[in-house]
Amino acid sequence: MSSNKKKQAELIEEISGVNPLKCMKCGKCSATCPSYNEMDIKPHQFVSYVINEDVESLVNSKSLWKCLSCFACVERCPRDVKPGKLIDAARQMVVRQRNNTYLSPDEIPELLDPELPQQLLVSAFRRYRR
Amino acid sequence: MKYSYYPGCTLRTKAKDLDDYARASARVLGFELEEVEDWQCCGGVYPLGTDEIATKLSSVRALNAAKEKNQELVTICSACHHVIKRVNDDMKNVEDICTRANNYMELDTPYKGETKVLHYLEVLRDRVGFDELKKKVVNPLKGKKIGAYYGCLLLRPGKLLEFDNPENPKIMEDFIRAIGAEPVIYPYRNECCGGYISLKEKDMAKSMCDKITESAEGFGADMLITACPLCMYNLNKSSAKKIPVYYFTELLAEALGVKEVQAS
Repeated sequence: MSSNKKKQAELIEEISGVNPLKCMKCGKCSATCPSYNEMDIKPHQFVSYVINEDVESLVNSKSLWKCLSCFACVERCPRDVKPGKLIDAARQMVVRQRNNTYLSPDEIPELLDPELPQQLLVSAFRRYRR
Repeated sequence: MKYSYYPGCTLRTKAKDLDDYARASARVLGFELEEVEDWQCCGGVYPLGTDEIATKLSSVRALNAAKEKNQELVTICSACHHVIKRVNDDMKNVEDICTRANNYMELDTPYKGETKVLHYLEVLRDRVGFDELKKKVVNPLKGKKIGAYYGCLLLRPGKLLEFDNPENPKIMEDFIRAIGAEPVIYPYRNECCGGYISLKEKDMAKSMCDKITESAEGFGADMLITACPLCMYNLNKSSAKKIPVYYFTELLAEALGVKEVQAS
């Protein structure tokens, strides 16, 4: 079990290319995140979950689906840790499993309105499902 | 001057205006946008995973098509610009991605990031020049106070996109001056509109856009301009918004006197 936990933490580091040990906990990522209030695990906490090999909590977190990929944390991280990449890797670990997606094509018709741009659909599909 | 041009999915459909006004203005400004043949959707968001290859191939194909014509590649949509520029950076600087993408592509000569990607605003600034643009303006938008809405994807990450200073940009303000109007600097101009969150969590995007529009209005803007169809959509859903949002190319076409020509 613990070796599986270790593997998951290694996988998230591999997909994201992030070294969580570089973080100095300045909190700038959380301070700048427009989704901070909506997140259960906050951006500055992502690294701790990977270091503590608790990827399970991270992949079950609401935060996965609240990140906007606005790259504010990526731009402003003074240590080049880029927490946005960690949360995207966690999201990838979820959506790469069959039937494990946040958006189903069946939901689409009722989400549409006449002004809705195609760009919104392709972006959401790319972030929310495989 | 001829550029390869990548319109992207939305400029062919919901944001046709953004495209039409850009092409009409280009003709007046002396450059031509030659659409990449058989371009495919960029996917809207850059695939961040270091092992993501297939999702980057549509960008690589467009980049390579421009390379084969020995042309720079122009985009207008903020998302296409973001995705294609970042994939190009991967092809140039990340050996693993470059090798694996080329394994899929089977080109005669591997693509290694040779193409220069330019946003239309960069063409105006770096190729045409804002001073030259100013000379071609026949209908200056005098007295209009315009807030530039940059959002995220044009600017960040600044080191990769090299579009402008990501914290204190000025390219759109310089554009606004060149077409004879007055730029309004407001704090929320590079804050996120919510992006794709507006599909499933409409209230969240709405409250973010309320802050943006209230900020712009509070600093005296009569209108906002954007380069992104998704920003446009989200801003228009703001319930607090009292001012209109335009694509920057519409105001450009108006200033150059080709707006009506285009509409007819």
